[in-house]
Amino acid sequence: MNNTEQSKTANKGTAVSGVPAKLRKALTYVFLSLWALVVLFPFYWMVLTSVKSYGAYNSEYLPKLYTLSPTFQNYADAFTAVPLANYFLNTVLFTVITTALMLAATVLAAYAFARLEFRGKNLVFVLFLSLMMIPNELVIITNYVTITSLNLRNTFTGLILPSVTSVFYIYLLKENFEQVPDQLYYAAKVDGTSDLKYLFRVMVPLCKPTIVTITILKAIECWNSFVWPRLITDDQNYFLVSNGIQSIRESGFGRENIPAMMAAVVVISLPLILLFLFFRKMIMAGVSRGGLKG
Amino acid sequence: MKVTLQNLTKKFPARGKKSQGEVIAVNHFDFVIPDGKLIGLLGPSGCGKSTALNLLCGLLKPTEGRIFFGDEDVTDLPPEKREVGMVFQNYALYPHLTVMQNILFPLQNLKGAQKLSKAEMDQRARDAAKLVQIGELMDRKPGELSGGQQQRVAIARALVKMPRILLMDEPLSNLDARLRLQTREEIRRIQRKTQITTVFVTHDQEEAMSISDLIVVMKDGVVQQIGKPQEVYDDPHNLFVASFLGTPPINLFHGRIESGRVYVGDVPILEQPALPDQEITVGVRPEGFVPKEDGAFGCTLKGVEVMGRDVSVVFTHPACVAAAGRAIVSAQSQLPSGQNQVRFDFIPEKIRLFHGITEERIR
Amino acid sequence: MEKKSVKAWLYLLPAMLFLGIFLIYPLVDVFVYSFEENYNFASQSYTGTGLFNYSYVLRDPYFLQALKNTFLLVVITVPLSTGLALLISVGLSSIKPLRELYQTVFFLPYVTNTLAVGLVFMILFKRTPYSDGFVNLLLSLFHAGPVDFIDGPYGAKMLVLCLYTIWVVMPFKILILTSALASVNQTYYNAAKIDGTSGLRIFFRITLPMISPSLVYLIITGFIGAFKAYSDAVALFGTNLNAAGMNTIVGYVYDMLYGNSGGYPSYASAAAILLFAIVLTITCINLLVSRKHVHYIS
Repeated sequence: MNNTEQSKTANKGTAVSGVPAKLRKALTYVFLSLWALVVLFPFYWMVLTSVKSYGAYNSEYLPKLYTLSPTFQNYADAFTAVPLANYFLNTVLFTVITTALMLAATVLAAYAFARLEFRGKNLVFVLFLSLMMIPNELVIITNYVTITSLNLRNTFTGLILPSVTSVFYIYLLKENFEQVPDQLYYAAKVDGTSDLKYLFRVMVPLCKPTIVTITILKAIECWNSFVWPRLITDDQNYFLVSNGIQSIRESGFGRENIPAMMAAVVVISLPLILLFLFFRKMIMAGVSRGGLKG
Repeated sequence: MKVTLQNLTKKFPARGKKSQGEVIAVNHFDFVIPDGKLIGLLGPSGCGKSTALNLLCGLLKPTEGRIFFGDEDVTDLPPEKREVGMVFQNYALYPHLTVMQNILFPLQNLKGAQKLSKAEMDQRARDAAKLVQIGELMDRKPGELSGGQQQRVAIARALVKMPRILLMDEPLSNLDARLRLQTREEIRRIQRKTQITTVFVTHDQEEAMSISDLIVVMKDGVVQQIGKPQEVYDDPHNLFVASFLGTPPINLFHGRIESGRVYVGDVPILEQPALPDQEITVGVRPEGFVPKEDGAFGCTLKGVEVMGRDVSVVFTHPACVAAAGRAIVSAQSQLPSGQNQVRFDFIPEKIRLFHGITEERIR
Repeated sequence: MEKKSVKAWLYLLPAMLFLGIFLIYPLVDVFVYSFEENYNFASQSYTGTGLFNYSYVLRDPYFLQALKNTFLLVVITVPLSTGLALLISVGLSSIKPLRELYQTVFFLPYVTNTLAVGLVFMILFKRTPYSDGFVNLLLSLFHAGPVDFIDGPYGAKMLVLCLYTIWVVMPFKILILTSALASVNQTYYNAAKIDGTSGLRIFFRITLPMISPSLVYLIITGFIGAFKAYSDAVALFGTNLNAAGMNTIVGYVYDMLYGNSGGYPSYASAAAILLFAIVLTITCINLLVSRKHVHYIS
């Protein structure tokens, strides 16, 4: 018999610490719903404000919780008055290239650690692991100086290169690679398969879930990156969405056009939320295995 | 403590959105567990034996029917009021507490008049530990113990509050083969010594047969037979019980009764004048075969496995229900060598006949 | 054998290049910078070595303000968010219907852009001449306010920063704690129930010890994360955090770099190393304290 089934039935009718089970359950739902409201309300407000017209919004001294005359003018403004599409394109480009480079370096390194034999492997691996503890804030200073003195400010190269590495993903993938049985490798060797071919024909397909997970996590990280792009770009043509939002906020639409600003915010938030809804299980599993924000 | 189950039934809603109706895990159980006995609930997985155990300890509430401990109706009592001890399949020892703390845990829950002083609790815990012979392990954590030792700690924790009945869920399944033999003797010893009515659940018929005073054979939530192990083995009520008990299992043949004579294939094996003509299943325990050069029952010989005192003869026969049959014969018996034919006579007392459709025993 | 080694190093080469140039070299370099006095970015020259950069940073009122802000943020948000996440996770694991829906909703802030949603928070809390904003509307129901949470008194600004930080960090904590709770074997609870253990005792004697490794992990990462707060503050108060009096240590580091065409990498380095030292110390203290109270299951 299934355990949850049992415990569920067992919980029924049993009073714990004096409060009847039904009341407890009701209170739990109320509490959880309250937090859900706290989480969802900013999203609601953002969408709501983005469809209020400029005039209507500014005439509400007491903000209204709904609108009867939604407009999409703000979305049009967001794309015409500021180069939102450009920010978007930059971010997509940045995300795709950075993630691809990260994947290539990570897959190769993880394979070396998991499958290949070389002198000092364990030592090198421990050194790699210890790199995980280096905080970004410490190394960003020199990277900034390096990129600046290489005249790479306001270039994609300057944006991408320092953002590529992720020691943690190498570790994650190496662990997964090691679960592939050795016999497969020996069988492939007997058949005369090269290491590179074995890696891409056998290892990568077998570990696809992990690879997809780290790809998504890295993509989220790239999409939201703000600090590095802010340091390294001051030319609007190279802004990513985070910086775009910040500049919209500070100089944006010439006047304080909050509905248009919210339209921009909706547009920027949407891709990740969609990605999340599609890959919910994978993302949550990946994050609980050690993804950290920032 | 005598335990009485009256018409006890537990239904679960069927799983999955498409399936309808409900699953009856425990179907109208109606029997008495005598005081001070060791009872084995036996059946294949999914037969409802764990559900029955959970009904007894109160983790589940029955859909209908009553449970009595002695004369007290405990059906509506929550688990903590039933005064039962339970040993879980994975032992459920708290990994962060020492052995001593684990055994003390149930005592520390007692409230009001039952509350014990610290010294009393210590004494009770040490007594329980001594009973299961783990006195020297009291300061270890469960993670540092072997499977057998963990099992003993779990038993001590169940016994320390002096339960009215002791329940064990597959107590031996997490142990290796050698430890299993040893531990089942140990359980027997402890039960004899404490005289606590003990119910345990197992899917291993050998385990149940070897230590139980009574076994309850179950299938699909229905009790098939209750009795002393040897009785149930010798006198199964139906085909399921006959084939579930015994290793190697009973040999089954398609057969028929024609004018008072039982046939397997074309071979008459038994006179049975009282029974009408019908299709039947003939069951013969492995020890019911006698090899004879002019035996009535000829089979194809597949192999001979020497087991020391006995010899196991593997054979095939067109009427055999399984792919191959197995006979256990004395090592002294004359087996044809170099032939692929073997002939047997049956010992009439070892032959069981079952109805071809209802599978009920007819002789 | 040698050939095999060469191949392995080739596989490692890309990762090592990236790590070497953008992680290891900068790590060494940042210490060097922090001791070079009067480093000039344009000429890449400096006048001497010593601790001047550190003493400058430690006397800089902006740094002290950032230090104070960061400490307040850490002290308020880490216990609150961890406690709240624990409550929510316990609630989540006690229900069956709608659980997945709640889990999905609760995780949403994790996948949103901190800057973007921060803007929404700003609008919710901001008071302008044209509108008191939504939060003040709520407050007026209780006959309180109105308060300008974005340009107003320090306490109000700190409150918004803390609230937003908690909002942002909750998904991760809820996720970790829910999976920790789910991994506690159900039979422990059954065993406890048969022994008549009270709900509170089950929580404190069984549940809490069983999930304590996850809890410690969350507290440590929570401290580290909160000490590195920056984007949340920018989202709420704009990039000129010093002017708003809401700068954080990380913000101070970046401002030092960004500020003046090339900036002051020496001061930035000194501040970054100070931050690193603080975080390291707190983490060590956390580990030492937790070692006594955590039950790792071997």
